[in-house]
Amino acid sequence: MLYFAWLRQRVGVAEETVDLPDDVTTVGAMLAWLRERSDAHATALADLSVVRVAVNQDYARDGDPVANGDEVALFPPVTGG
Amino acid sequence: MIRVQREDFDIGAELEALTAGNHRIGGIATFVGTVRDIADGRPISTMTLEHYPGMTEKQLGAIEQEARQRWDLESCLIIHRYGRLEPGERIVMVATTSAHRAAALESCAFLIDWLKTKAPFWKLEETDGGAQWVDAHPTDEDAAARWSDPSKS
Repeated sequence: MLYFAWLRQRVGVAEETVDLPDDVTTVGAMLAWLRERSDAHATALADLSVVRVAVNQDYARDGDPVANGDEVALFPPVTGG
Repeated sequence: MIRVQREDFDIGAELEALTAGNHRIGGIATFVGTVRDIADGRPISTMTLEHYPGMTEKQLGAIEQEARQRWDLESCLIIHRYGRLEPGERIVMVATTSAHRAAALESCAFLIDWLKTKAPFWKLEETDGGAQWVDAHPTDEDAAARWSDPSKS
């Protein structure tokens, strides 16, 4: 898992390796599972309307598949340019 | 061509390189974004751009491919900086060349509009009130949406 911008600050780490349970197979389920990991995760992921997800460097939605071994990144809406 | 770099760039030299030897080019369009010194009425001392190495290049490459499919372009350049920048410094340059101006101008606008909503960069502004992450602007989504491909939505 990679975290960027204020999500990195709120979770408290830039990167962590997690072991998803067998029943967590979608992005939406993964987000719900991540929230339970710690108070910091719960705070960072309190408002999912401002959380974007990328799986293997492509944008992903709640229903998209995710599995152990994927590179998953969580970050706020982008503000480049 | 995509470049993501910490260093500044020379607009004239980049345009020279983009067009050198290609006499099919009849028009060049360029957009350059710079750091403003005011955010929400507060003076900014510095801005730090964070990005997601790897995904940034992948998304910018996909945006360039999309532009090349939609318009008949001779060449295309996107340079985006990251790291710590001061007001007045260049952040981003987009340049497109084509036989005719419409393709160059439209594709240049498309590239910067899509870049702003898809490329994984985040701005942290430092003001006298402390450091603050810049919020995404709904008008950026609107600007990108005007280019959306109906067949893909």
